[in-house]
Amino acid sequence: MALREVLIALAYMVASACFVIGLMWLQSPKRARLGNLVSSAGMLLAIIATLFVSGIKEYTVILIGALIGSTLGAVMAYTVKMTAMPQMVGLFNGFGGGASALVAAAEFFKYAANPSTLTLDVSISIMLAMIVGTVTFSGSMIAAGKLQGVVNERPITYPFQNIINLIFFLTIVAAAVFLVANFGHPWVFLYLTVAALVFGVLFTIPIGGADMPVVICFLNALSGIAAAMAGFVIKNNALIIAGSLVGASGIILTQIMCWAMNRPITNVLFGAFGAVVTASSSATATTKTVKPIQPDEAAILLAYAQLVIIVPGYGMAVSQAQHAVRQLADELAKRGVTVKYAIHPVAGRMPGHMNVLLAEANVPYEQLYDMDQINDEFQNADVALIVGANDVVNPAARYDKSSPIYGMPILNADHAKQIIVLKRSMNPGFAGIENELFYNEKTRMLFGDAKESLTKLIAEVKNL
Amino acid sequence: MTETLLAALYIFVIAMFLGFAVITKVPPLLHTPLMSGSNAISGITIIGALIVAGRQEGALQTILGLIAIILAMINVVGGYLVTDRMLQMFKRKPGEK
Repeated sequence: MALREVLIALAYMVASACFVIGLMWLQSPKRARLGNLVSSAGMLLAIIATLFVSGIKEYTVILIGALIGSTLGAVMAYTVKMTAMPQMVGLFNGFGGGASALVAAAEFFKYAANPSTLTLDVSISIMLAMIVGTVTFSGSMIAAGKLQGVVNERPITYPFQNIINLIFFLTIVAAAVFLVANFGHPWVFLYLTVAALVFGVLFTIPIGGADMPVVICFLNALSGIAAAMAGFVIKNNALIIAGSLVGASGIILTQIMCWAMNRPITNVLFGAFGAVVTASSSATATTKTVKPIQPDEAAILLAYAQLVIIVPGYGMAVSQAQHAVRQLADELAKRGVTVKYAIHPVAGRMPGHMNVLLAEANVPYEQLYDMDQINDEFQNADVALIVGANDVVNPAARYDKSSPIYGMPILNADHAKQIIVLKRSMNPGFAGIENELFYNEKTRMLFGDAKESLTKLIAEVKNL
Repeated sequence: MTETLLAALYIFVIAMFLGFAVITKVPPLLHTPLMSGSNAISGITIIGALIVAGRQEGALQTILGLIAIILAMINVVGGYLVTDRMLQMFKRKPGEK
């Protein structure tokens, strides 16, 4: 090994360590930002080291690509709204997967021209990187499209969906096995590519809105695994390590999301949840009544409370109400009310979605509580203020075995002395399930757009 | 082949476990930055893209490599910047820098 190669290998090692540090320091918000800087420094080091790999001559192409990519990335990062973060992460997942697939494709054509140097492990890795990367790419585009509202957010289903998808997937596996046994055959490789692209689409379209956090996490894991597989192709340990770290991260987050909904991953990915509204629950609803409330009365309830727990949900993101929530909390705090936020793990469209939005609105993170931390406190709360959350506070999850969300851990908002729900209308939530909480006798409904209702509440509290 | 492959598999498995151990400790508060930050890390595939594009093995490789560089660079630069943008918002007290 020449000195140059040793130095490059060491640089990759340092870069890998930087990635681990970056993830380790995410354990606390105090050091997280510095950790991210360390991680990015590691990436820069890895990129610079790669430029010295022997055989690299075409610096013009590299420079052009790097300039275009960096510019696009920077513009996207600085212009994206915090509410649009899930689709942004979805897009980036896709780009990472796509890049890994392209590396695998380039290596395929290199070896196809000169198969004598090919070994079995490389050919298998090429196929795996190609399939996983391509599925990640097209799946992420659909997921991002759904989150952006460009693609229908509801699950798209057709008869024998899972069976058709499975057969389709098996043809991809068959093509891959054929190519490993008979390397070359660009047309088979082309089929594999197109089929994997289509499979990514087929796999993602039956998964709907509220299940998006799981899909985004899952695609996150796949993008890491694709990078690790590309690492096996070009025999690079930095890719393998970094890819595995991301793969592990995505798998853990997927698991956490599934636990938080009490549904196995198979049900989320293949269940087409939310496609049909169950008839039984909507029939019973007509007999019950809800009690509306006006902003002035709601303001009195809030202003004379001691403890108010705010439960944000996807509705807050949709109406961009996070700043209004913070202003209301400020007004209440001025009057001596203690305000806390209860964040359900699957509130919003990606893990931690609500935390980021509230942080953007300058809510100190010490007021943001996880479900486990705050659930026992609801009984002491004078008011639970539900801002655009629905299924995560539905008490039916505790006892109604026929409910699709039965067994899902929920926030104990119904244990509060009073509940005020900000809601646009009486339409059921994403899962199409009636929410028992709205008919609770302690519950009052404040109808209207969340942001407008909050603005009225702020004005009323100020007038008191 | 076998030795390098085995070494690579070792690294793969150990790195997975390391990832599980480290990431389990990340609080739900920071799960979105975790996703975007780990996303940026998965842009490590830029190394592969640079090698493929830089070796001048043919027009096809160069084109595929160029697209791969663009995609991976978006992932890396965008991922780190947006993570930084989010993390600077997490403050203890309002207005704290």
